[in-house]
Amino acid sequence: MNHVGSFPARANEASATPAIAFDDIRLELGGKCIIDGLSFAVAPGEFACIVGPSGCGKTTLLRLVTGLLSPSRGEVRRFGDAVQGPSRDVAIVFQDYGRALLPWRTAAGNIALAFEAMNTPRHERAERIAVLLDKVGLTGHGNKYPAQLSGGMQQRVQIARCLAQQPRILLMDEPFGALDALTRQDLQDEIAGLIRDSGATALFVTHDLDEAIYLGDRVFALEANPGRLAEIIDVGLARPRNQLQTREHPEFLRLRHVLFDHVQKTH
Amino acid sequence: MSRRRIEVLLHALPAWLVPLCLLGSVEIAMRVSGIQSDGLALPSQIAGALVAAIADGEIFLRTAETIGAISLGVPVGGMLGLLLGVWLGLSPRAARLASLSIELFRPIPPVAVIPLMMLIYGLGIRMEASIVAFACFWPTLLLSRDAVLGVEPRLIEVARMLGLSYRKQITKIALPAALPRIFTAVRLTLGIALIVAVTTEIAANPFGLGYAIISAGLSLRPEVMYAFLIWLAILGWLLNAGLIALHHRLFGQAYGDVA
Repeated sequence: MNHVGSFPARANEASATPAIAFDDIRLELGGKCIIDGLSFAVAPGEFACIVGPSGCGKTTLLRLVTGLLSPSRGEVRRFGDAVQGPSRDVAIVFQDYGRALLPWRTAAGNIALAFEAMNTPRHERAERIAVLLDKVGLTGHGNKYPAQLSGGMQQRVQIARCLAQQPRILLMDEPFGALDALTRQDLQDEIAGLIRDSGATALFVTHDLDEAIYLGDRVFALEANPGRLAEIIDVGLARPRNQLQTREHPEFLRLRHVLFDHVQKTH
Repeated sequence: MSRRRIEVLLHALPAWLVPLCLLGSVEIAMRVSGIQSDGLALPSQIAGALVAAIADGEIFLRTAETIGAISLGVPVGGMLGLLLGVWLGLSPRAARLASLSIELFRPIPPVAVIPLMMLIYGLGIRMEASIVAFACFWPTLLLSRDAVLGVEPRLIEVARMLGLSYRKQITKIALPAALPRIFTAVRLTLGIALIVAVTTEIAANPFGLGYAIISAGLSLRPEVMYAFLIWLAILGWLLNAGLIALHHRLFGQAYGDVA
């Protein structure tokens, strides 16, 4: 495993307890080894992206952090504690927003579900939902049902519902994979801003290498059969990033080259 | 007339013209051929019998009896089936233990329990309602179990990630998600209930629309028999149309129209 990038890893990485730590993970499902000997850590507040060919266990990795799935060997830790199961500190944005939203509830009602789970006092809910709708750019759409919203708007509802539980870790599983290019760019900038404002740690899975570099502080490249860490790339591009300038920046192009070369090698 | 105008005209034809024309042609055909049979009646005679039955209120009395038995039996059988079905849908262990018993009892034709219910309740509404309840219990049980089992697994994951308690996972996710399919089960069940109620009345119970049909048949008054049959058809159609309308009203917009 080699280390590429002109900027050093973030300074707080060494001192603080990692937000997410994978410690020598092995996972077998149905007799097949999905992940083998995987170790890496994500620092608090870091935006970490995971890329890799299909079948390298990207989604599985997220599920290990949620606690919906347990490794066959090794340990996953969140802020130093071994993962026992789902926790309100961890939220996940699924790619298939159409199946992750309750179709019988409005946008506001879907966000309310998070408050109902937390037993937030009733009188506080309406205001907090309004704030969240505003944050994700859905002001005035609270009374619409998911079926009445576009894909991008449905994904915004899901993001708002995740933010409602004020997670310390936000997991995202190819959240923009099913959206058109323009909507995807808008949401990339919005999610970058939301993560920065909330101070949460982000673990973002994507198959889009450009997206990974554009969003991430670091990009973890996996290889498949079985899933293993192949490379870590430090992205030193300044924030806030810009769809035009950042993507034309020589450093962006250089990293893109490195990542593409790497993917071709391991594919 | 041009082809185009004929097509426009055909498009404007209402569907109720078909049965009306059918009855009209039967009337003409029967009068022209002069056919005589104990099993047949002129549509005009049937209409007369229907009007007479409406005028003296007999049809409403009989309808009230049948509907009464249904509205007693369906909630009892349906509620029990629903509760047990939801439980079996939620608990794989309970489902496994109950599966053999369900498969053993379910194939019993509801009509076959008439003698048993007559022993317990004698004749009357309670006997009929209990048979309707028995008939409704099994489809509601199986359909509501499958409805709960068919809840989108992603939604359950969402619920677990949000930290919803098990009770809230049931009341806020599983049940509302299963509701449209449970309602479909109710619709199906009401159709079954009408069949079973009328069958019971024809086979055993001197009561309701089924009894009116069999006694008209036995007293060789086919026009009355047909009048009640047509009334039953209208009743069944109204019941289903009403439930479909209710289904769309309840779930149309919110559920993205799950049929």
